[in-house]
Amino acid sequence: MKSKPEEMTSVAPPGLMTPVFCRVLKTQQETRDTFTIELEPPAPAQAPLFAPGQFNMLYVFGVGEVPISVSGDPRRPQSLVHTVREVGAVTRAMRALKRGDELGVRGPFGSSWPVEEAEGRDVVIVAGGIGLAPLRPAIYSILAHRQKYGRVVLMYGTRTPEDILFRKEVERWRARLDLSVHVTVDRAMAVWRGSVGVVTTIIPRAGFDPHNTLAMVCGPEAMMRFTILELQNRGVGLDRIYVSTERNMKCAIGFCGHCQLGPTFVCKDGPIFRYDNIQRFFEIREI
Amino acid sequence: METLRPILAEHPFFRDLEERHLDLIVGCASNVRFNSGDFIFRHGEEANEFYLIREGMVALEMFVTGRGPVTVQTMGEGEVLGWSWLVPPHRWMFDAHATEMTRAIALDGKCLRNKSEQDHDLGYQLLKRFATVVQENLDAARLQILNIYEVQA
Repeated sequence: MKSKPEEMTSVAPPGLMTPVFCRVLKTQQETRDTFTIELEPPAPAQAPLFAPGQFNMLYVFGVGEVPISVSGDPRRPQSLVHTVREVGAVTRAMRALKRGDELGVRGPFGSSWPVEEAEGRDVVIVAGGIGLAPLRPAIYSILAHRQKYGRVVLMYGTRTPEDILFRKEVERWRARLDLSVHVTVDRAMAVWRGSVGVVTTIIPRAGFDPHNTLAMVCGPEAMMRFTILELQNRGVGLDRIYVSTERNMKCAIGFCGHCQLGPTFVCKDGPIFRYDNIQRFFEIREI
Repeated sequence: METLRPILAEHPFFRDLEERHLDLIVGCASNVRFNSGDFIFRHGEEANEFYLIREGMVALEMFVTGRGPVTVQTMGEGEVLGWSWLVPPHRWMFDAHATEMTRAIALDGKCLRNKSEQDHDLGYQLLKRFATVVQENLDAARLQILNIYEVQA
């Protein structure tokens, strides 16, 4: 079991700059390169409440710290759930952690999905690849208060059927009568019975009232750009489209400037933005 | 006698078409139904129709030696299947098979090609509409090639 560095056990109370030590409860492989890690905060009082879409800084001792969106249920803050793609040294080390090992957690940080603003409207959720993870807390929140919303549509695109995240849960959602779920993949063998084509192609098929819809979009920027175009073509106003952006976040409190996007800091002002507020900067390829 | 005219008139693909053109098209239309697993057309066969899908799902596939059939696109309600009837040599590029019970309106391509030769306005209207279908499919295919879900490390 990895232990926390001695000098960190007596530092100031946990806050924005100091990690809270959390034990690993469980890790679960989701896809070829993605896993979910469930953490137990040291005491219920220290369980950080979070809003859907917020992220934590997860610190693997001696390796480094990375920003990861919370992918768990906001109504169960006693269990901190993050879904992580293995892309570098820190996330690889995180994958190697076992039950009982400790991680440092700072957060939660950032803005959240507008689940309350969406009340009374149709809600269109468009996720691409691992982008479903930051949206899952919003889906939990909306389903917990389902009667407050109009139609709720989830459209989810991945490269192949093997890349589908939270597969069993997506199947359960799909079986619900009050949630319309469309899953599509870029390529598949004939045994796949679902849709094939990019996620933008299923937007015209989904039934929603574009003039009374709030859209939440999360995925790689290329996917979000084309999705926004298609939503706009369907009549969804840019002031009702929210996106989750990603930049190189380090301090997570707007000091270091690593995650600057135009005049904003993604860690502090984002990661969730109303699209018309960042459109200008979203479309500049140099930033 | 009931005809397919009202259905065609309401379909987005034929929106704003002149009455006289709709009359010409109705004469080339018929209702079709495919059971799950039925092939609608196969790669290399002569392409003499296109389909307005009313219900169900159709997979466009290509058989790849060593891998079997690979689905490149699926199409559903409201979508237009097939444009090879319009472009010489009028051969299907892919296999199309119904992955669930599918109902559609089949438009006879030979019939429409003949009528378009006689009435170039009709031909222009059809080409204009198919240009949009081709463009949408080309855009989608380009995005598939791009792998837009890939996060760069």
